[in-house]
Amino acid sequence: MLTERLRSSNYTFFDKLKSIDYFLIIIVILIGAVSVFAIYSTESGKFSYYTKNHLVRLVAFFSMFLVLSFVRITFWYKNSYNFYLACIFLLFLVFVFGLTASGSKRWINLYFLNLQPSELMKIAIIVCFSRYYHRIQTADIQNYKFIIIPLILLIIPSYLVISQPDLGTAILIAGSGIAVIWLAGLNIKFFVYSVILLIVSLPFAISLLKPYQKARILTFLNPERDPLGQGYQIIQSKIAIGSGGFFGKGYLKGTQSYLEFLPEKHTDFIFTLFSEEFGFLGSIILLLLYILLIYRIIMVGFSCRSFFSKLYCFGFASAIFLYVFVNIAMVLGLLPIVGAPLPIMSYGGSSMLSIMLGLSIVMSCKIYSQDQISNY
Amino acid sequence: MQNRSSTIQKDRVITRRIFMLAAAKLILFGGITSRLYSLQISDREKYELLSDKNRIREWKTPPQRGFILDYFNNIIADNDRNFQVHIDLDQIKDFDETLFRLKTIIGFSNNEIRKIYRLKETLKPWDTLIASDNLNWEQFSKLNLYLHELEGVKPVLTSSRYYPYSNDLVHVLGYVGTPSEKDIENKDIIRENLVPGLKVGKSGIEYSYENLLIGRYGIKRYEVNSSGKRISQIDYIKETQGDKIKITVDLEVQQLAQELLKEKAGSICAMDIYTGEIIAMASSPTYDANKFTHGISHKDWQEIRDHPQKPLVNKSIAGLYSPGSTFKMIVALAALEHNIIDPSKKIRCTGDIEMYGQKYHCWKDKGHGTMSLRNAIKQSCDIYFYETARLLGVDKLAVIAKKFGLGSKILNNVYFDEKSGLVPDTKWKKNNLGFNWLLGETIINGIGQGYIQTTPLQLCLMTAQLANGGYKITPHIINDENINVEEIKFAIKRDMENYELSLNQNPNDIFGKKPERLYKDQKNIKIILDAMFASTNEPGGTSFRSRYDDKKYQFAGKTGTSQVKRITKRERELDLEQSDIEYQFRDHALYVAFAPYKDPRYAISVLVEHGGSGSSAAAPLASKLIKKIIDRHEFREYIRNGDSDLA
Repeated sequence: MLTERLRSSNYTFFDKLKSIDYFLIIIVILIGAVSVFAIYSTESGKFSYYTKNHLVRLVAFFSMFLVLSFVRITFWYKNSYNFYLACIFLLFLVFVFGLTASGSKRWINLYFLNLQPSELMKIAIIVCFSRYYHRIQTADIQNYKFIIIPLILLIIPSYLVISQPDLGTAILIAGSGIAVIWLAGLNIKFFVYSVILLIVSLPFAISLLKPYQKARILTFLNPERDPLGQGYQIIQSKIAIGSGGFFGKGYLKGTQSYLEFLPEKHTDFIFTLFSEEFGFLGSIILLLLYILLIYRIIMVGFSCRSFFSKLYCFGFASAIFLYVFVNIAMVLGLLPIVGAPLPIMSYGGSSMLSIMLGLSIVMSCKIYSQDQISNY
Repeated sequence: MQNRSSTIQKDRVITRRIFMLAAAKLILFGGITSRLYSLQISDREKYELLSDKNRIREWKTPPQRGFILDYFNNIIADNDRNFQVHIDLDQIKDFDETLFRLKTIIGFSNNEIRKIYRLKETLKPWDTLIASDNLNWEQFSKLNLYLHELEGVKPVLTSSRYYPYSNDLVHVLGYVGTPSEKDIENKDIIRENLVPGLKVGKSGIEYSYENLLIGRYGIKRYEVNSSGKRISQIDYIKETQGDKIKITVDLEVQQLAQELLKEKAGSICAMDIYTGEIIAMASSPTYDANKFTHGISHKDWQEIRDHPQKPLVNKSIAGLYSPGSTFKMIVALAALEHNIIDPSKKIRCTGDIEMYGQKYHCWKDKGHGTMSLRNAIKQSCDIYFYETARLLGVDKLAVIAKKFGLGSKILNNVYFDEKSGLVPDTKWKKNNLGFNWLLGETIINGIGQGYIQTTPLQLCLMTAQLANGGYKITPHIINDENINVEEIKFAIKRDMENYELSLNQNPNDIFGKKPERLYKDQKNIKIILDAMFASTNEPGGTSFRSRYDDKKYQFAGKTGTSQVKRITKRERELDLEQSDIEYQFRDHALYVAFAPYKDPRYAISVLVEHGGSGSSAAAPLASKLIKKIIDRHEFREYIRNGDSDLA
């Protein structure tokens, strides 16, 4: 069926191969390689559980990315609402049957993988909004009718994820959605109003937060408040990064991480370990890789003819930026610890799946960049 | 289809928006870069330091206690090799199995095993458990033999307190044990040095000189992971030993004193009458201080605690007794000083006397006949002192008694358990008991009975301060190198020679430091000392049988028999021998003396609880000890003059 679809397109298979963005693939491979070494280091240089799992997932999902790249962009366009609805459905399933770990209910057991639907939602919301704004004309965008609907589409998944509770992912979902709304051209004044409203309502919002979330925010404001409890992660993370210096302590020589002072070092704090071992230089290089990744995705967006593709690529690029920024700012102590993985680098199947899925849609945009998408 | 212009417009909007967003991203990435810069380059040193602190953990090792030496530099509190078994809890796979193996190898009893389990409850999973801190050599070598099968078990060689003469000096030195919560709370130095296996002083010098003795803990630095598991040793700063403390006690004299008190309950104190150095301070019964070092067994503890003769009480300073007739010197001196009596005053003793409607008895039923002061002291006539006390009044007596060291603590800075005793006066009774003083109480006070309570060391000090001519001395047990005995002796001699002179004019500061006089009239002291000489060295004296005729050893003393229980009329009529009375109702036997009489140097006090009369139970002990002290005198002076090599 896939071959049939390929044949039905205007391009030959060779054309498609030619139009693949190899530069993007190389960047992904590079970050992937770095991630394997980093995870290997979290296990003190032993090829065991985490490294093995991470490598397997990386290879599997990277292959999936390559294969799905050939899926026509119109497929994603047509099924974008279904994708969104499927994710909402999965989030409801989590609500009912979800697996509970460390106090939050985020996963569905799929036997080969504990799927975290909120991660998929990060992509689904971009796809959904790209489709929504694809056909709305600039003049109509400011119309309240067209503001209310995306707002509802945004609030439903965000609420479901917050109630898991998983503030970090909820923020990333909402941020990705808002990025697309911004790209579509919603008047700046709405954003300004929203920010003002947010600030005004902040005290009320804080009162609704769970105690552990409040504690995290307070700890972020002053980590020394509770140096062995809530502030522990931030303090230890800063010590690890700071002690890395310019060249770092050397691969597998990060004492902070090697000596197990860092919690969650293979997931949210993978950057800390990397930065401790490779120093300022290594961190800047990794940051540059992410900037190149984002740059390439944006360039793909520019090469596309359809608004759907453009909005998706720009939206996804912004989302990647948001993930990277939130994660790194978090471990550097610039933002509260909210639980946001670093794309590709962090250990975690669902996160890897969603990034690779998102990239495959980008690649699909690139391959079928000249496809016109009509209004269905 | 959208129309063309709208499409172009939309495209423009999106392009503009993505550029704005890209610019914002770059700014935020710039922010992250600058943060990385500030952490990793500007503040690098600070975080490196913090990281090292994280990585390196210190384990403190217990310090070595300082030695305690006697006056002749014999080590009387030593440190001994000590074999221990440590179990590193974080390296043990199966605690139960390890313990079972240890049990078979070392031979722990079930009780010990239970103790180890209880101990484990209190420890963190990475702590070191000291399974036994006192193995014998056989157990220790056996453990080393099987060591390869016992992962996480470490045989450790440490040092621990050992008292070579434990039974002879336990009351002087005290003993050590594991610090209690109170110890930790009260003493900063213990808090600073608090490490597993630390032993601290629990009583005596060990307790009061903790700051000097404790030393300083050592540090072993290990690289660790966050759960505290050691990865490698980086550094080892050896622990330092505490300071040496030299005390004034003569081990041989002390040992003899303890020997003399064997099978008895009581105390012997000996003191240098010029320097105030305590040469012996024995208390009986005694116990083995070494038993406490590794935690005393319940059975042993019970035995010591429940012993009817109370070995735990240091009787020399914490035992309170009526001074009995040994107090008569003070009564006589007070009367002389206040010009109440004349040394030639005669009082007739018929065996009893009636005063204020109450009958008072002399210890000699038939009476002594007509007594002068000298004879009254010599034969210890009670009637003479009833009358003297009556004339004197309790308040004037109390002033002199206090002057000579009764009623206040002497070594309070060393022995926290020291008691001050009691020198009663009218004010004291009114304030503390709420009643007015009764004249009858003054009368029995005259023979050292009634409310008055003294410790044997106070009696020794009293005797010393009489023997040196009536000058104040400061008793001490921790050796003071700055004391120059010749200087003190010379100053006293000079003061005595200048006595007549000083009555007319004030020779203050002409001769520098002046010894503090406890008397008003020098003559009076001489009268007392002469009477004490008579008591020992003249026929009819109460301690005549214990005398030495050799001038070298000749001493002068005063017996005392302190009643534990009021003698009822019926008992008096029965005229019971002491041996017929139940042990706990027998009299305490006391004796105070100084020697040699010609040129006094040492004072001694002996107390035998329920020993009967002072002349038969206490004076012979004093006699034996005085000989020993005087035999050792030359050697002692030799050491004093700085040649410690001989010791």
